[in-house]
Amino acid sequence: MNKSKKELLLGPIMQRNPIALLVLGICSALAVTGQMATAFVMTICVLTVTAFSSMIISIVRFQIPSSVRIGIQVTIIATLVIIVDQILRAFYFDLSKQLSVYVGLIITNCIIMGRAEGFAMNNSPIASFIDGVGNGLGYGAILMTVAFIRELLGSGTVFGYEVLKLSTNGGWYVRNGLLLLPASAFFIIALLIWLLRTIDPKQQENL
Amino acid sequence: MARDSALKPFYSALLLAFVCSFLVSSASVGLHSRQQANQQLDRQKNILRAAGLYREGIPVAQLFAAIDSRIIDLRSGKFVSVKEINPKKFDQRQAVNNPKISHSLAKSTDIAGLRRLEDYSWVYLVKKDNKISQVILPIRGSGLWSMMYGYLALNSDLNTIRGITFYEHGETPGLGGEIENPAWQAGWQGKKIYNQSGKVDFKVVKGGVKTKGAAALHQVDGISGATLTSNGVDKLLHFWFGNYGFKPFLERMRRRINHGRTLTSLN
Repeated sequence: MNKSKKELLLGPIMQRNPIALLVLGICSALAVTGQMATAFVMTICVLTVTAFSSMIISIVRFQIPSSVRIGIQVTIIATLVIIVDQILRAFYFDLSKQLSVYVGLIITNCIIMGRAEGFAMNNSPIASFIDGVGNGLGYGAILMTVAFIRELLGSGTVFGYEVLKLSTNGGWYVRNGLLLLPASAFFIIALLIWLLRTIDPKQQENL
Repeated sequence: MARDSALKPFYSALLLAFVCSFLVSSASVGLHSRQQANQQLDRQKNILRAAGLYREGIPVAQLFAAIDSRIIDLRSGKFVSVKEINPKKFDQRQAVNNPKISHSLAKSTDIAGLRRLEDYSWVYLVKKDNKISQVILPIRGSGLWSMMYGYLALNSDLNTIRGITFYEHGETPGLGGEIENPAWQAGWQGKKIYNQSGKVDFKVVKGGVKTKGAAALHQVDGISGATLTSNGVDKLLHFWFGNYGFKPFLERMRRRINHGRTLTSLN
């Protein structure tokens, strides 16, 4: 497992994307991708938590008794998530209201546990930190793409700025109501997975 | 792994729990004042939103200056003097747990699932030409999972709904959480709470509201997939506009408005 730092950082965006290849973290990818702004904040939160939880777990990895390691990992992750949530509430109240329970649910985001258990337990703190950032970026890349498609075609806006003038406001664009619903993200994520696996056939599973 | 002694998991879990709880509580205590200021601002924003007075881009404090915040005695419906209750120190949320200024509700009266009711409540008056144009009342009640907090604004007839907002709740996002949705809240505007004989006649209905007739004025749409949350909203409305809620206050106010008194003489 001696990968270069660049590969650790950039690999999870295309080749080992946590959502597209491992299909982890789908729950929040459906829930917060209605608007790009919320998807962006969610990305920052997940990236921060993944990077720091991986690093901290890696620092103490020799002290963690294997019998209770999952519990200890979850406790560390939960602590970080609560702190991130508290900071959001203090400084970005409106965003934290929009993200509602999903910030708290970062604890159950499989990507973070997956990186902690699968990478941080066997690697140095710096490598783990970079791996966490990389996976956060990979998660964010998919999240932002889905949010871009959903917000543009669902509400006619990008980051809240009007791009396609809606027919309800006297414009020409009739919005696609399906894309405002969380279920639409399933279709978009599936199409993205198809696209990624067509570009890079190594990701295809052998049946 | 050989290094794991039988007690080690306990020690490490204990140590970790200690460190983590220290971090969590210091974050919580350290950011508390900022969070409270945010919540206060959010409440003011929602009061303005219920009254239809909120404007994006204008500071909330400036808009809120047009609103007269008063404290009333819920049982008598009278305004309370500054001597009796200090408005600067009165926190309605905390008052509920203070046995000196609240009481527990009997099961038969507690239809909104409040358990305890404070003796005093904030009311917010919007003035226009020295007359009351709107009254905004804080409301709350149990939904499916949580206590739902909101505001309801009434027009000067003290019966027609000007607007409603919910600003804090723990209902399921996307289902019961839709009580926050402005599109749903818009359906409340112009509805009437009391019927001609002065009884609460209001329903959150399943299926569509009637589009015609007198009944349509006393109904709003429930939320699909959130029957229990909708029921909770229905019940909290019945409670807060009933005898234990704001009814004494509203009747008093109505008498005074009908007698043509101006706001300055209201006390």
